[in-house]
Amino acid sequence: MLRLENITKKFNIGTIDESTVFDNFNFQVKKGEFVSVVGSNGSGKSTLLNLVCGTITPDCGNIIFNDKNINKLSEYKRAKFIGRVYQEPKAGTCGNLTIAENMALADNKNQFYGLSKCLSKKRVDYYKTLLEKCDLGLENRMTTKVGALSGGQRQALALVIANMSDIDLLILDEHTAALDPKSSDTVMRLTDKLVKEKGITTLMVTHNLRFAVEYGNRLVMMHEGNCVLDIAGENKQNVVVDDLLGKFYEISIEKGN
Amino acid sequence: MDIFLNVLKVTLEEGFMYAILAMGVYITYSILDFPDLSVDGTMPLGAIITGVLIMNGVNPWLCLTIAFVLGAVAGAVTGILHVKFKIRDLLCGILTYTSLLTVNLIIVSAGTGGMSIASFFREPTIFNTAPAALVPEKIGGYSLRILIMSFVIVLIVKIIMDLYLKTKSGILLRATGDNSRFVTMLAVDSGKIKIIGLALGNGLAALSGSVIAQSRGSADPQMGVGMVVLGLASVIIGLSIFKRFSFMKTTTMVILGSIAYKACLSIALELGLPTNYLKLLMAVIFTVAIVASRISIKKGGAHVKA
Ligand SMILES: Nc1ncnc2c1ncn2[C@@H]1O[C@H](COP(=O)(O)OP(=O)(O)OP(=O)(O)O)[C@@H](O)[C@H]1O
Ligand SMILES: [Mg+2]
Repeated sequence: MLRLENITKKFNIGTIDESTVFDNFNFQVKKGEFVSVVGSNGSGKSTLLNLVCGTITPDCGNIIFNDKNINKLSEYKRAKFIGRVYQEPKAGTCGNLTIAENMALADNKNQFYGLSKCLSKKRVDYYKTLLEKCDLGLENRMTTKVGALSGGQRQALALVIANMSDIDLLILDEHTAALDPKSSDTVMRLTDKLVKEKGITTLMVTHNLRFAVEYGNRLVMMHEGNCVLDIAGENKQNVVVDDLLGKFYEISIEKGN
Repeated sequence: MDIFLNVLKVTLEEGFMYAILAMGVYITYSILDFPDLSVDGTMPLGAIITGVLIMNGVNPWLCLTIAFVLGAVAGAVTGILHVKFKIRDLLCGILTYTSLLTVNLIIVSAGTGGMSIASFFREPTIFNTAPAALVPEKIGGYSLRILIMSFVIVLIVKIIMDLYLKTKSGILLRATGDNSRFVTMLAVDSGKIKIIGLALGNGLAALSGSVIAQSRGSADPQMGVGMVVLGLASVIIGLSIFKRFSFMKTTTMVILGSIAYKACLSIALELGLPTNYLKLLMAVIFTVAIVASRISIKKGGAHVKA
C-alpha cells in the first residue's frame, strides 16, 4: 500500500552541517498493518513520517501510495487520505476554536468550505457520540475553547478528529510523549480502539517500548536511517520489552559508545 | 453644550467610518496573525477611485462595491507575494503599499486631468441621495445624515462579518491564523485561505476609504498616512477594554475601539493640541493601548495580541 523506494534525504546540503538521514532507504507498509516504529533520537523516524506526509520531499527516490507515485503531491493534497497526530498536543487542533467548531471543520474535510453555516445541531449530537468513546467527558464541553483543555484531552480530541474522515493511513509521531502515564495510556487505548474499528493502516512512532510491544501487529526499529529490526505476525506477539532494550544496547555497543 | 454635542457627533461619525477599516485590520492582524502594512495604501485607493468615479457620474453605491473589489485585489497581491513568493509578511505589505503610492497618484491624476486631489463636493454621494435623503437635512439644528448613514453602513458590515465568521469559510479563516498545520491536515491549502483573508481585510479598508471620501467630498493619496496605526490601535483598544464582556461580539468591540480611539484624538484637539501633533498623538495612544493591554493580561485577563 505504501512503498518508499531508494529514498535519499540529506539536510543542509553543501554546508558544514550537511547530514544524511536516509541513503537509499527502502520501506513498505501493507494495507491493514499497524506498525510501531521505535529507535534512538535522530535515527530518522520523524523524517520518515514527514516524507510520507509530504512535509518534506526526498532528494531522490519515490514514494508510492496505492500504486500511485505521490512524490510531487503537496502536503495538503496528501492529507485527503492521511490523518496525522503530532507530538505536541497544540498541533492537532485549534486552541481558539471550540471543540464543536474544531470537529465541524474536520467533519467537512474533503468538501468545499463555503458560505454555509459550519455548526449544525444534528451534527453536534453526532460529534458527541464520537467523543463519548474517549471516556474523558469531552462530550459535555462542546462549547469549550480547545485551548482550555489539558494536553491529554487535547490529544484525544486530535486523535478523534484525525479519524473523522475516511483516511487510508494514520500517522502518529510520539503522540503520547507529552502526556502523563495515565493520560498516555488512555490515549493509547483510544488509538488502538479507533484503528481496530476501521482497520486503518497506521504508522506510529513511539519511545514507549511497552506500547510498541503491546500494540500493533508489526514492529520496526530504526537506527541511523535504516531498519535494524522488523518483526511482524507471530514473532511480534512474542516480543517483550527486554528484547527491544537488548537490541538498543547491542546497536550502541557496535557503534562503540 | 453645543461644542460638546458637535465633537460627539464628529467623533461618532469618524469612529463608525474608520471602524470599517478597523474590522479589516481585525481580520488580518487578529484572525490571521498577519501584520499587514498594505492598509496605508488600500484605504486611499478606495477613496481615490471613488472620487474619480463620482466625478465621472458613477453611482455612489456602485463606487463602494468597486472600492471594495479593488482593495481586495490589492490585498490579494500582498497575500500572493507572501504565500507564493515566500516573502516575509511585513515586507509584502510594504511592497504593496509602495506600489499603491504610484497607482493612487496615477488614478487621481488621470481621473482629474492632472490634479493631485479629487474634489466632488457638489456631486451625488451616499450621504446626499436616497436613502440618506429621507433623513431631513437638519434635525434640531444638526445635520445628522452622515452620522446615521455611517452607522447604518458599519452595522451592515458588522452583521455580514459576524455571519461570515460562522460559516465554514469563516471558521477556516480563524483556524488558519491559529494553527495552519491543522488547516493543512484538513486537506486545505492554508496559503489560499491567507490570501482570501488579506483580500477581505484590504477590501474593507478600501470600502472605509470610499465612505470617508464620500463624507468629505474629496480624496487624495495623503489620506492613507497612519491608517495601519489607526486600525491596529482601534482593534487593540477595543479588544482589551471590552474583553470582559464575553457576551459581546469581537466586531462590536472593534467598532467601540475605533470610537474610543477617535474620542481620544477629539479630546486632545479640543484641549488645544495643534493638528501638527496629531500623528504623534496617534502613535502615543497606540503605545499606551499596547502596554495597557499587556498589564491587563498579567492580571489574568484574556489574551489580546499586541
Ligand atoms: N529540518 C531539518 N533540518 C536539518 N536537519 C534535520 C531536520 N530535520 C531532521 N534533521 C536531522 O535528521 C536527523 C533525523 O531526525 P529525526 O527528527 O527524523 O529523528 P527522530 O528519529 O524523529 O528523533 P527523535 O526520536 O528525537 O524524535 C537528525 O540528525 C536531525 O538533526
Ligand atoms: Mg521525532
